[in-house]
Amino acid sequence: MGKIFKKPEALSDSPTHYCPGCTHGVIHRLIAEVIDELGIRGRTVGVSPVGCAVLAYNYFTFDFQEAAHGRAPAMATGIKRVRPDLIVFTYQGDGDLASIGMGEIIHAANRGEKFTTIFVNNAVYGMTGGQMAPTTMPNQHTSTSPFGRNVDDIGMPIKMAELLAALQTPGYIVRQTVIKPKYIVKAKKAIKQAFVYQLEKRCFSFVEIVSTCPTNWGMTPGEAVKWTEDVLLSYYQLGEYKNPEKVSGDKHAN
Amino acid sequence: MGKKILMKGNEAIGEAAVRAGCLNYFAYPITPQSEVAEYLSRRIPEAGGVFLQAESEVAVSYMIFGAAGAGARVFTTSSSPGISLMSEGLSYITAAQCPAVFVNIMRGGPGLGGILPSQGDYFQATKGGGHGDYRLLVMAPASVQEAVEMVMIAFPLAEKYRNPVMILGDGLIGQMMEPVEFPDHLRTDPTDKNDWATTGMEFRKSDKPNIVKSLFLDPNALNENNLILKAKYDRMKAEDIHYESYNMEADYKVLIVSYGTMSRVCRTAVDNLKVNGFEVGLLRPKTLFPFPEKKIRDAAAKDSCQVVISIELSMGQMVEDVERCVQGRRPVKWYGECGGNIPTPETVMDVVTSLVGK
Repeated sequence: MGKIFKKPEALSDSPTHYCPGCTHGVIHRLIAEVIDELGIRGRTVGVSPVGCAVLAYNYFTFDFQEAAHGRAPAMATGIKRVRPDLIVFTYQGDGDLASIGMGEIIHAANRGEKFTTIFVNNAVYGMTGGQMAPTTMPNQHTSTSPFGRNVDDIGMPIKMAELLAALQTPGYIVRQTVIKPKYIVKAKKAIKQAFVYQLEKRCFSFVEIVSTCPTNWGMTPGEAVKWTEDVLLSYYQLGEYKNPEKVSGDKHAN
Repeated sequence: MGKKILMKGNEAIGEAAVRAGCLNYFAYPITPQSEVAEYLSRRIPEAGGVFLQAESEVAVSYMIFGAAGAGARVFTTSSSPGISLMSEGLSYITAAQCPAVFVNIMRGGPGLGGILPSQGDYFQATKGGGHGDYRLLVMAPASVQEAVEMVMIAFPLAEKYRNPVMILGDGLIGQMMEPVEFPDHLRTDPTDKNDWATTGMEFRKSDKPNIVKSLFLDPNALNENNLILKAKYDRMKAEDIHYESYNMEADYKVLIVSYGTMSRVCRTAVDNLKVNGFEVGLLRPKTLFPFPEKKIRDAAAKDSCQVVISIELSMGQMVEDVERCVQGRRPVKWYGECGGNIPTPETVMDVVTSLVGK
């Protein structure tokens, strides 16, 4: 009898540096499973961000480039344009993508670059120690919003999937989460679809994954899951926001 | 050798890259070098390459980084304010040891400055610009023909050192028209980059992932990477210092050090003064990093030489390197303008003759 559950080939043996209760590990595994299933490990190039996932290349077993803060979509553009036969994805957090890298992601999406972005949104800067991000919730306490995010002063959290879906260029834009098994199945399906669209040279593909950061939220892993489900998912609604099969950019029920 | 044609500097620079075997170009428009992108927006697609107008110079530098990291020959062109924005990327590209070519057709600064010729980015090009310990190999053309040849040799040099090469031309190099030819022998094939670039494991038949990165959290590993970079810069100093000497066999009273368009004006001044019996030597660095340190030191120490002057289209930048080389053996002076006007030969003659007693 063969193994029925094993570590994906695209994932390395290195223990990760991620905190207990963090969802990066689950997301890494889903990407690795998809890469294995599609048989593309030998022609995949990942682009790691500045943030908690900067060392992602230690956890995968294929080529990687390491970007400056926010610049991963520009690097992926350079790679994919000169080597369209490579499968390219960026892996970015919300401080990286929605703040300093806003220009790069919007223009890459609008050009319809044929790469995939995995956007891990946990509503806070992780690696630098829990500062306020553009995605931080109203009244959420962080190390730079000690009295809670004041939306009169700093504005409302940015909904990246909706923002990118508003562009007129066709694309695949979806938001999922991985906080419970029922969501993980859908998240994997979305990641796989994103890579398939890239393989078919169809469009830019973007999978936002609402994630946890128990350490910087000051919660236990269990509390973090509950807060994600109760608070984040009511604002960052899951679903498919854009699909290249459909012309309209309207949200489709999940 | 191709045939000689009349061409504007910016267009010739674009054509030179294509002839050198580089068909990947990412850029953002900025005066006075936008003609490079305009020219290549037609030329590169015809040749089957990649032309992309990016959203900003910041993005350009990372498109260059990504493409170079994936093993492609790639280049960009810009002008001073644009190079400031690319300087972040230059630091990363250098740290990750990726070859790429950057052309800076300098305009006046600081700030928006002006759009006329300048050499105000000497410090930026030779001393850093971005953060950290890194250097670019910097070449400064004095004619459109030389710009063509420098662009063509920049690609193999970048690959030799796995380091960015910068062509530092003043605005006149980009804007003027001169007869040029594109030497066929300067076309080169890109080097094999499979031992480090993200070319895809199945394409290079390897099980080992290649990682292009600049983060070294272990202090020993970071120091090691910086020592590798330093060794390359030392090798540049040993193997790739280039300069031109003019009237240096004469018993000159004054030694001019000047580069780019400004050196051509100085050359005319040297000729005119020679007719009047006033001997001036002209040393023109063709590489600004590595800098012709020993040549300048020796030239300044010549018995007849009373004074050294750096003449540049800046408020005194290269002069600091000239002082460093002369090491106090002779007085070192500076003359320059940097509003966009280029000093005339007559001005240079007045400046030079006033330095020594009649």
